[in-house]
Amino acid sequence: MGIELASLSKSYDGQNWTLKNINVQIKSGEFFTIVGPSGCGKSTLLRMIAGLISISDGTLKIDDQDVTNLPPQERSLSMVFQNYALFPFLDVKSNVAFGLKARKMPAAQLEQRVAHALELVGLSELKARKPRELSGGQRQRVALARAIASDTKICLMDEPLSNLDAQLRSKMRSEIRELQQNLGITLIYVTHDQVEAMTMADRIMVLHAHEVQQIGTPSEIYQHPANSFVAQFFGTPRMNLLSVHYSTKNQRHLQVDPLLDYVLPMDIEEGDYFVGVRPNALEIHATAQASNAAIKNIEYLGTQSIIHALLDNQEEVRITTAQNNTFSLGERIQIRATAAYFVFDNTGRAIFFNKGDGEDGRTNYKQTVTNAL
Amino acid sequence: MDAPITNKQSQTHYKPKGNKKPLTVGLSYKKELRERLYALVFLGPSLLILTIFVFFPMLRTLYLSFFLTNSVGKPTVFIGLQNYFSLLTSTAYLHSLQATFIYVIAVSCLTLVLGLLLAQTASQKIRGISFFRTVFSGTMGVSVSVAAIFWLFMFNPSVGLLDQLANLFHLPVINWLTQPGWAMTAVVISTVWMNLGFTFLIFFGALQSVPTTFYEAAQIEGVSKRYQFFHITLPMISPTLFFVSIITLIESFKSFGLIDLMTAGGPDNATNLLVYRIYQDAFLSGNYGLASTESVILALMIAFFTFIQFKVLEKRVNY
Amino acid sequence: MNKNITGPNFQRLGQLFVLILLALFILIPFLLGFWTSLLPTADISKGSLWSSHISLDNYYTAITQTPIIRYLFNSLVISFFTMAAQLLFCSMSAYAFVFLEFKGRNTLFYVFLATMMLPFEAEVIPNFVTVRNMGLLNHYAVMIIPFLTSAFGTFMLRQSFLQIPGELKEASEIEGLSHWRFYASVVMPYSRISLFTLAAYSFLASWNQYLWPMLTTFSDDFRPVQDGLRQLQSQESFNNWGMIQASAAIVVIPTLIVLFIGQHYFKSGLNEGAVK
Repeated sequence: MGIELASLSKSYDGQNWTLKNINVQIKSGEFFTIVGPSGCGKSTLLRMIAGLISISDGTLKIDDQDVTNLPPQERSLSMVFQNYALFPFLDVKSNVAFGLKARKMPAAQLEQRVAHALELVGLSELKARKPRELSGGQRQRVALARAIASDTKICLMDEPLSNLDAQLRSKMRSEIRELQQNLGITLIYVTHDQVEAMTMADRIMVLHAHEVQQIGTPSEIYQHPANSFVAQFFGTPRMNLLSVHYSTKNQRHLQVDPLLDYVLPMDIEEGDYFVGVRPNALEIHATAQASNAAIKNIEYLGTQSIIHALLDNQEEVRITTAQNNTFSLGERIQIRATAAYFVFDNTGRAIFFNKGDGEDGRTNYKQTVTNAL
Repeated sequence: MDAPITNKQSQTHYKPKGNKKPLTVGLSYKKELRERLYALVFLGPSLLILTIFVFFPMLRTLYLSFFLTNSVGKPTVFIGLQNYFSLLTSTAYLHSLQATFIYVIAVSCLTLVLGLLLAQTASQKIRGISFFRTVFSGTMGVSVSVAAIFWLFMFNPSVGLLDQLANLFHLPVINWLTQPGWAMTAVVISTVWMNLGFTFLIFFGALQSVPTTFYEAAQIEGVSKRYQFFHITLPMISPTLFFVSIITLIESFKSFGLIDLMTAGGPDNATNLLVYRIYQDAFLSGNYGLASTESVILALMIAFFTFIQFKVLEKRVNY
Repeated sequence: MNKNITGPNFQRLGQLFVLILLALFILIPFLLGFWTSLLPTADISKGSLWSSHISLDNYYTAITQTPIIRYLFNSLVISFFTMAAQLLFCSMSAYAFVFLEFKGRNTLFYVFLATMMLPFEAEVIPNFVTVRNMGLLNHYAVMIIPFLTSAFGTFMLRQSFLQIPGELKEASEIEGLSHWRFYASVVMPYSRISLFTLAAYSFLASWNQYLWPMLTTFSDDFRPVQDGLRQLQSQESFNNWGMIQASAAIVVIPTLIVLFIGQHYFKSGLNEGAVK
């Protein structure tokens, strides 16, 4: 079942847009993730798709049928909530069966559906327990089973893993992904966690400041971010954004400082730019003579270290390096460019990227994003 | 030298958070003595007051219930359970008991149902709903004598609104406060009205605390509003429901002010509830022994309901 | 356009209808009371409630000819001191039950709990004798002293004190705070919302006392407002409805104002608590 959002908008007061002009086609069987910082409207968007919040403008189609004004139960979808929405006074089985029972499904069919759903999430043994007798991960699974039991082809999930600890979260990530594959359902998954989005999704929609920033596969988003917001949102540690002024007399040299110099393969207009460099795309050298930065802090992570350095032009940069224990606090260092970098104009829009593998060129995205910064 | 032992004991009554170390260190003798002294100082005033005005009078009431008393309340002749027997065979007392039960049950049921209805309707998201919320909680600020005056006027046969309306629609005029059945109805209505503000606020708070995702999930599953109310709302607020019902029950057992102001137990003892009868027997007739017996019976009934409340709350709090 | 989501219009109308009906049930006694308090009693007795002779005369009469203001003042004094005493003594005993370690603590707590089962109404006879013997009759003290503490208040504050994180107690022990200091500077501020609730509860409970002051006060100098209204009503015995209603209004208006301000404060207090 495909889902189509055509210029979907939401405004509560008729003046300010909570969500503006959302367009996307979600394919049948796709794992589609909506990601963005808190307050970006991602939960609102999900609830609009569910029918829990009315749509102010635009159309929503499920399976080519216009459902913009249909109540939730007529959209044939299921939803998993952040707090799991499990009734504390019902046991696991009754929680899973709640909706089916309310709609007066025949007992035999209900039993079979519930048993099947509980089996899929591996909770058959615990079906007589109350939610408070379950661990966080098990509660999460009950919520999944409840969605599965409804036997809909579309499932919406609203930050389903954010109440779990880090280890469990990564385990549940793959479980949900597998479940989605096996059941062949279309899954719309809302999260604020870029790692979740990257690791689970077929495609990602990045929401920020009430608008779509970019839609694409995880690799497209990471490799070709549409703007500096997307570029900085994905990847840990965050991408460095260094401001530079370019004038034609520089002859294709984008100079952050004399030692940190990027050579452009073509001409760009004069003006202010940001050079975006991922922390692993900077070289760091211990040097006595030609230094351009000092080390402020070192985070030792085992296989690598993150070095926070202050460039002499007072910009902070993050650099990851595998050379552990080589550097010390306050040490003068030289930071040099590698071939991989991005260039954003002064509104944050990506105008150029160079992955450092010979493939480079001007970016060409359909979306024009106005307020990326 | 005293080892720097911290008072781990005090942790025992906190809700354990995470893995607390088990108690291993006892208190030194000196410290124990000091804690006891503190306990005396902190608890002393309350204990003193409760002893004089609660424990002693309860025992004294029980004691008096076995005696005949003189006009100033001094016990004269020990008569054992005679007071109890005569009460339980007195038609007047049994009538009072019956009236009290009718009153208590009617007041409790109406207060609960209307309070819940108010809270449920006020939980809707409609423009201007906060006005209704304010109105609904309004009777909480009304004291018993003010409520009595308001309703005395409503029920007044010559000038009251209800009978004026009855006139207008050519309905029979009811002598609300002078006909036994209607007097009870009038007293019940007034009590319920007075209770509603408090009940509404408590129920409203309880309804607000049910996570909205419960309803969202149900809505997506196509669960009807009615089913949601009976299978989500009611079970979720059941501890509050129980709490309010017992509080209302106990409070209506103790009703006195409205009765005194509106009907003075009449007409024909139709609204002569238990506490009012105690007052009459003790302070109007000077029959302290009998009134004490009535007090003991009242206390037993209220203790019974309070006890149930504690028992059930204990069980229900965690579902 | 989204009526399918928000429900059909007639359902909304139905809700509004129920709302208005319920609001009327609550409001009419108020409104009628206030309205008649503005009318001359002569008109009220004739049953002409739609009279146009509106004035504040009844209020003037009530204030000048009856001790209603004195009654209000008495109630204010009694309720205020009862409230203050309950805040102090209930919090102290709750503190003992939570933070002090002594033999028989649990037994004593159950004894406290048991007193909640005993209605004051069932104990008025011996209590009346007690206060008479103490010579307290017909004085503010008789309406304050028996209610200096309450088992309910202790129970409520104990529940609230139990929520205080154990780390706070440990930290204060490390800093060497005495029980008094811990009580005053940590426990009390931490539980201010519960304290506020208890304050409102005990004030209202005292304000609404009826039977006890009726038995123990005989003069207008000490009679609280509930029994004052009873006094007025029985003296005037239905004759002067306008003035009775005006007196009721004088009593109820301040409580309503306090209630609404209190509600507002209480809500923001709750929010404040939630942020922390």
